[in-house]
Amino acid sequence: MATRTEPITVNIGPQHPSTHGVFRMRVTFDGEDILNVEPVFGYLHRGSEKLAEERNYTQVITLTDRLDYVASQTNNQAYCIAVEKLAGIQPTERGMYLRVIAAELQRIASHLVATGFLLQDLGAFATPLMYCFRERERILEMFEMLCGARITVSYMRPGGVFQDAPEDFWPALTTFLEDMPGYLDELDMLLTGNEIIVGRTFDVGVLKPEIAINGSVSGPILRSTGVRWDIRKADPYDIYDRIEFDVPIGTRGDNWDRYKVRLEEMRQSLRIVEQCVAQIPEGPARAEVPFVFRPPAGAEAYGRVEAPKGELGFYLVSDGTIAPYRCKIRSPSMINLSVLSDILVGYKLADLIVTFGSTDINMGEVDR
Amino acid sequence: MYGMGIVKGMSVTLRNLFRTPVTVNYPEERMPQHSRFRGEEFVWYEERCTGCASCAKYCPLGIIKIETSPSGEFPQEGDSYKIDTFDIDIGRCMFCGFCVEACPYDALFMGSGFERGRYRRDSLVITIDELKAAEKHPSTWFRPQLEQRRYDPFEGKSLEWQEVGRRYLGQTMHGPAGPTYEYQLETPGALETPSQSPELSGHDEEYGEEEE
Repeated sequence: MATRTEPITVNIGPQHPSTHGVFRMRVTFDGEDILNVEPVFGYLHRGSEKLAEERNYTQVITLTDRLDYVASQTNNQAYCIAVEKLAGIQPTERGMYLRVIAAELQRIASHLVATGFLLQDLGAFATPLMYCFRERERILEMFEMLCGARITVSYMRPGGVFQDAPEDFWPALTTFLEDMPGYLDELDMLLTGNEIIVGRTFDVGVLKPEIAINGSVSGPILRSTGVRWDIRKADPYDIYDRIEFDVPIGTRGDNWDRYKVRLEEMRQSLRIVEQCVAQIPEGPARAEVPFVFRPPAGAEAYGRVEAPKGELGFYLVSDGTIAPYRCKIRSPSMINLSVLSDILVGYKLADLIVTFGSTDINMGEVDR
Repeated sequence: MYGMGIVKGMSVTLRNLFRTPVTVNYPEERMPQHSRFRGEEFVWYEERCTGCASCAKYCPLGIIKIETSPSGEFPQEGDSYKIDTFDIDIGRCMFCGFCVEACPYDALFMGSGFERGRYRRDSLVITIDELKAAEKHPSTWFRPQLEQRRYDPFEGKSLEWQEVGRRYLGQTMHGPAGPTYEYQLETPGALETPSQSPELSGHDEEYGEEEE
């Protein structure tokens, strides 16, 4: 006798420890199978785009820190590139190198958080997460040397970075670059061959490349499906055209590939930082840009970077005053969420949290 | 093959067992803080402040309240302002440091603390009396003159207002890291005849006139 079940709708979140913030999923189950997933967000809406219209161009930097709060440096970078395009500011060479160093370190930190919390969601409670956070802590300490804060950095300014790195930053960075490959290999050894992780992530949450492209998904999620698309290569900003690095891609687009792509990207980021340290020129870290300035009226600019979670873009419109007329933020986390139902429908309840964890969204950026 | 995961995992555990711990017992021990740390107790020098309120204007949240009145001290030189109120509401502060970046006279500095827990929101406002009475251990955030002297706000002495200016730095705020500068104390006597040497940049000339 077959068991007869009927669909039931369950709300997961917004106050759920596995939803990485105040995210809510309205999920319809038939027994254990997922029939439909509807993401509901907006619980962390702070009106960053509107607040940006009330502040001058430099003050908006503090708002961008709080979008994706595990990757503040890349938010700063995207915004500063947009402002530089808008106002025709040429950043200094040393400033651009320092920006790339900070952004790549931030990418490592963000991917470590993503990997750690993926394991946390898999049930490997706390210990692997603490291994990841131990390395992230060193990056945050370097950010404290650079800019006096660990999370809300406000490090970059239109025209470069606010100040040159202190003397003790460079030795700390060198020891970090020496130690980190060993730690990554250790993490790789701990996780990659583990039967539970392979069993829970392999061929789970498969995303087809066509769906990913149609959903305008970007970042490691897109690359895990086998599409080689990286803004750093496709539209090089700052000094990425002088740096040699590879763009890792996956083949199947499942949870496993997303994890492997992130792990490989961390190694590539270390390569980028090493080359930046070797190439960095002397000179001023910041162009002479006043705190308050007026871009030409009617100017429009779109600055985009490859943030750890995907393509982060700022679209700015100027009306000739000291504040932007419009500031549109294209946040990768929110757009990556649009394929959530595609990668979840057809799998089991137990895969839901794992797959959601592997998409690595950040609610500060989704709701803005 | 099943079982290898456990073997590999235990080898990582074993390796970590013999590493030096990275955590500390916080209230008794502390992690080292960098001198650029943007902390909560602001350092303010009354003698340096002109009451221009640049910090209040640059603050993204508008939490610095400044009230001034004519002091009547130097009427022949166009008077100067007496600062009656200088309140910083750190209950709303996000420690971005833009006020410090804005200050053209090196009168405002970030602090290094992070433990100012209070029971009431009112007690989170730093008043002018508190700023005047406080020990001055300025953070080196956006103050390259302190950084070049390797000033450490955690171990260094309390700095007087004559010691914190960028007067002798000989470079702009955004300039390259110049040769290491041998610091000498600005004696009060030297200030009576402000240096007007041509290598001083725009900001520095302003100090020379302001500091009397």
